[in-house]
Formats: sequence, C-alpha cells, structure tokens
Amino acid sequence: MTSRVAYLNARLLDPATGLDQRADLLTEDGRIADFGPNLFGGATPAGTEAVDLAGLCLAPGLVDMRVLIGEPGEEEKDTIKSASRAAVAGGITAMALLPNTDPVLDEVAGLEFVAHRAREVKLVKVFAYASATRGTEGNEITEMGLLARAGAVAFTDGIKAIASAKTMRRALSYAKTFDKLIVQHPEEPSLASGGMMNSGEIATRLGLVGIPREAEIIMIERDLRLAELTGGRLHFAHVTTGESVDLIRRAKARGLRVTCDTAPHYFALTETDVGDYRTYAKVSPPLRGEMDRRAVVEGLADGTIDAIASDHVPQDQDQKRLPFAQAACGVIGLETLFPLTLELVHKGKMSLLDALACVTSKPAAILDLPVGRIVKGGPADLVAFDLDTPWRIDVEGFRSKSKNSPFENRPVQGRPLRTIVDGRTVWQAEG
Amino acid sequence: MSANPSPDTVFPHRHLLGIEGLRAGEITQILDLANGYVEQNRRTVKKSSLLDGRTLVNLFFENSTRTRTSFELAGKRLGADVINMSSDGSSVKKGETLIDTAMTLNAMHLDALVVRHADSGAVKLLADKVNCSVINAGDGHHEHPTQALLDALAIRRRLGRLDGLIVAICGDILHSRVARSNIHLLNAMGARVRCVAPPTLLPSQIERLGVEVHHSMKAGLKDADVVMMLRLQTERMSGQYIPSTREYFYFYGLDYEKLEVAKPDAVIMHPGPMNRGVEIDSDVADDLKRSMILEQVEMGVAVRMAVLDLLTRERRNAQQ
Repeated sequence: MTSRVAYLNARLLDPATGLDQRADLLTEDGRIADFGPNLFGGATPAGTEAVDLAGLCLAPGLVDMRVLIGEPGEEEKDTIKSASRAAVAGGITAMALLPNTDPVLDEVAGLEFVAHRAREVKLVKVFAYASATRGTEGNEITEMGLLARAGAVAFTDGIKAIASAKTMRRALSYAKTFDKLIVQHPEEPSLASGGMMNSGEIATRLGLVGIPREAEIIMIERDLRLAELTGGRLHFAHVTTGESVDLIRRAKARGLRVTCDTAPHYFALTETDVGDYRTYAKVSPPLRGEMDRRAVVEGLADGTIDAIASDHVPQDQDQKRLPFAQAACGVIGLETLFPLTLELVHKGKMSLLDALACVTSKPAAILDLPVGRIVKGGPADLVAFDLDTPWRIDVEGFRSKSKNSPFENRPVQGRPLRTIVDGRTVWQAEG
Repeated sequence: MSANPSPDTVFPHRHLLGIEGLRAGEITQILDLANGYVEQNRRTVKKSSLLDGRTLVNLFFENSTRTRTSFELAGKRLGADVINMSSDGSSVKKGETLIDTAMTLNAMHLDALVVRHADSGAVKLLADKVNCSVINAGDGHHEHPTQALLDALAIRRRLGRLDGLIVAICGDILHSRVARSNIHLLNAMGARVRCVAPPTLLPSQIERLGVEVHHSMKAGLKDADVVMMLRLQTERMSGQYIPSTREYFYFYGLDYEKLEVAKPDAVIMHPGPMNRGVEIDSDVADDLKRSMILEQVEMGVAVRMAVLDLLTRERRNAQQ
C-alpha cells in the first residue's frame, strides 16, 4: 500500500537551492513526491495523511558528519540505539560515525556490523567512516577500496591526527583512486602531547599544560601542501583558530580541493569556559580565546568553513569527574547541534538558509551522500522546526547515555518538533 | 596596619585553595596572626589547646617530607589530633576516585584536611565534596598558598614590608606552583615581581599575571631586594627543557657574582629541597647573613598554625 503524507502550510526551506517560501510538501513511499505553494488547491487527496504545519519551518533533516559513539567497545557511553534516539530528537536524519571504536573500524566486518545495528534500530540514517590507517596507528593505510565498497563514506583516524607526513601523503594519494576524502584531525601530536587546554594566560593561571594554537595551524599548513602535492581531497575536522580559517580560505581561492568543518563549542564557547577546572569544557582540540571564536564565526559567515558537525563524544561521569589533567576530552552534541547553529541566525551572524546549509546540504556534499536536500524523487528526510521559541538546554532530558555537555541551562531559541526519515516520522516533540 | 581586620576577626573563606582571589587585608590578617605564632613556637612549651579534640588529616598524594611535617607540627602545636595519609598503600592506589575518597573522609568527621596532589585543580575537586575546611598543600603546577604566605612572612620580618620591594623569582617557573602563589601574593601586597628564566621554563603569557620577564640573571636581579630561587623540578619534566644542569647552573645558578647586581642587603630564598650546584651555589645557600632558607622553614609552621586557626574559627565560635 502506498503511504502518502502531505505537509501543509510549511515555511519550506532548502538551502541547496535557496528555496524559502510558504509551501506544501508531499511524501510518497519514503520519497519527496512533490512540493510547491498551494500544492493541493485546499483539498488533500484521499488516502493521504495531512499534517498541518501551520507556518512551522520544514527543511532537510540535519546531516551530522562527525559523531563518535561507543559501539562497538564502549557501549556504556552510547550505543547506536541511544545515539540514534538522541540524533532524531535533535533533528538529525543522517550521521557519520567515526572509526574510533573498539575494535577500530578498519575492516569490512566492522562496517557491516555498524550497518546491521543501524538497520535494527532504524531511526536515523547511519553512515560510517573507516580509519585511514590500520588501528588508527598512523603507519599502514587501510584497504580503502574494499572499505569504500562496503560503504565507508571517507577515511579518517577520527579523534587522532594522521601524524606522519609520509603516511598522510600516501593516504591522500591512494584515496584518490576511489575519489574518496581524507578527514584530518589537525593537531600536531608532538606539540600537543600532554596538553590539557589552550595555551595562554588561563592555562598558566590554572597550572594546566597548554596546547599552542600552532599545533593546529602547523598541521593544516603541512596537509595543504600534501593535498597540493597529491591532488587528493582533504577535509579538516573542527577548525578552531583564525589562522586555520585564513589558511583554508587562501587554499580554496587557489583552487585546492579542501573543505573543513567546526563544532558548536568552537563558536559558542571559549577557553574561559574552563573556569575553575570544568572538565565538561575539556575537548580536543581545546577551546580557544575570544579572537579565535570570532574568526570561526566569520569563517562560517563567509563560507570558508563549510559545515558544522556536532563532534559528539560521549563520556560517562567516571571519565569526567576527575582532576582536569586526567579527565577525558569530549562533549555530547547530537541534541544541541541544531539550537546552537540557530544561535548564529538569531545573533545575526548568518542567514537561516546559510546556517542550515552548514548542517544539511554542505556536509552531505562533502561526504557525497544523497541526502540533505529537498528534491523531487529524493529521500524524504526532513525536519519540521520552530525557529523562535526560547527554551533552556536541559541535559538530563537528553537521550544520549552520557551527559557531558557544557551547555546545561544555556538559553537558546528554536527546536526541532518532528523528524522524518524516509517519509516516516521517527520522532515528534511531546505536547 | 590598623585598617586591616584584627587577628580575631572571622576569616571569610572556608578553604585555602590558592592565593589568587585573596585580598591584601586577608593576607595581612594571616601574616599578623602567624607572627604571633612565631613567638609561641619559640617558647619552651609550644603547645596550646586551641584545636583540642579536633582532627586534622594530612592527605598527600605526592611525596613530601617538609611540608607534611610542617603541617603536622602546626596541627599538634594547636592541640589537634593529626593523622597522616599518603597515597602509598592507601585505597587511592587501588583505583579509588577522588570523589570516593572525599565521601570516605566525610564519614570520618574531620575538621580540617590538608591535601597535596600532582594534578592542578585536584584539591578544589576534593574541597567541593568534603564537609571540612581544606588547605591546599600544593596542586600540580597551580598553587601552594602556604608556601607563599611563609615566604611573605619571612620577608616582612626581615625587611619590614612587602610594598614596593623588587622580588626576582628565578628558575623553573613553568612547573612551579610556588612561583604562581608568590606572584599572586606579592602583586596583591604591592611588590614588583620579576620572573627570570630561560623561555623554555616560562609558562605561556606569564607576563599577564603582572610580572616583568627576564631571560638573564643580570637584568633580572638588578636592584632586587629579594631573590627567590626555585628548584629545577626534573621529576615533573616531560622531555628536555634545558640542555644540561651544567649549562643551567652557568647561566641561571645563583652565585655571588650574579648576586652582585642585586641590592647589597638583598635576601635569598628557596622553598627547598635545594639542588646545590644546579640552581644555587652552596656558599650562597649557606650564607647566614643573606640566606633565609632556615627562617622559611620556621615561618612555615607558624603560617600553617595561623591558617588552621582562621579556617576553623567560625565553627569554633559557633560551638562555644
């Protein structure tokens, strides 16, 4: 039986085409059948479920290109199921998982396991990276061709930098065979090792070992050279400094095939949020100063930074209720990605369509995923959201198994109300 | 000093976790009270009954003899029961977390807890969870407040003031909680602070803490009233910060020649334990006219008595 749903009276937004108008949208068997103003002339056809959105926004569901979860290996932190529930509640309809699991996703079997679990859970669309090097050890490159065939969206050592210039050169060069992307965590480990927060006055006052901004900048400079040398496709995850943004801006102007993303904590927080040893603000790379935060916002505004990813890294209490030096890095982000991205819109830093592009069509294009757009015949992965209503972030209510968020109680505006994957409503706000 | 609170005033802090954030008046209050305890400690009968029936625990996650002994003596001279716990053989080694340790300590109904820990901020983490007053006896590279207070008391007694003095802090500032506490204290009291070290031993943006930075002893020691030498903390170093101790001593080790540019009556301090021939020449260290190293040890006990007195004062008053 054909299943049809008509979404009526939406403010329909498609960042890929610049569409922003009052319109209706019809889904049929998981696909977008049609959309446009006054699609049904006031009468929905028989056999079609009608959902009156009464002016709410309807946009492509969010594509989160950087998510770490503990399955397999650390299921107490997050599983594919708990993370999927968190994702759809956060308006996310597709997410790409990092390979830093135990075991590492460096074999076809690992990717098949993830795909199998995702099919069982069947909420958000789950994609996976494979590691660029075996065991993310930075030495030998993985079977990129076979892994790509098994569904790897790109290659990365995830939360670890590919440190050796030689290995990075090989990875960029070899991945070209399959036109696949290499995603780098840009941080020179020999400069960052032992570091706990951004180097500078605050680290000095707190007596914490600093990580200089240069650890990131140097790695970006190096890898841009290697991308130029090899002609490979390169993406920098979570850029955090003004110089990083400048370097990538210039590289793009030169025509290099390079893209980058950042995460909400890098445009919404600074090193001062570490305050009195707040381990929830311990992230990798570290939170930077105010000038860098502003440069990241500028990079988003002018399009140098292509995407915003949640950079979801769950850590349980035992990993965070420790002295700062011993505490693990990471924040959860699946349910804060959307409201924190909208913060850029409400503060007048970005237009709504540009901000949405950073969490939908652009990350989808970087990973070459057939999602993140509103097109006839395309998958009906959508989010209906309220743009303006103020609320406060309440971490206890989050679905992720871990609660490590530095955004508790932050006032935000706008939230997802209904998340649709392949035409099926997978989550709906209560009340 | 009449504008400052009298030694009998209640101290407005529950813990002493650092010098940063203390006001000049509060520092003066501690020093004034400690001055009285110096006299008590020089009497034949040194013990008082101020903390009779109170329990003080020294919880040391890092090895220390002098600081732990100093706190132990301070507690005992005030009449408290003092128990020493070290990380060797305690449940901490067995994987107990700091939070669990705090809960265990709460069940023991302590009045004061002295903590030393290798990680910056660890003492605060404990202090947030325990019911008693906590004194930081050194946390990572962060602070060592009683060391700065005892240094200040020694200087004040010798030179009569802190305000306007030029104090050169020399050596391994990067790894030094003593340096950070001293910088905060001396700045609060109106001294001029200089940091003298090779750039590899200086933390990033240290000048933002309100100090002049020098890389040569000659410039850094010029006209100094006080020269504070720091121990080269080789055990805290990961990797190489200086090429050799021989080279370090040549450029940064304190000897009479380098001391010549300081004020003629400049005093020399060292928090101990000293590496003779590394950061300080033995002749200088043992020069009774200039070296205050033994006075620092004496002031340490008095300052810790004053801190224990002040931090427990409010509860003592409440129970009277």
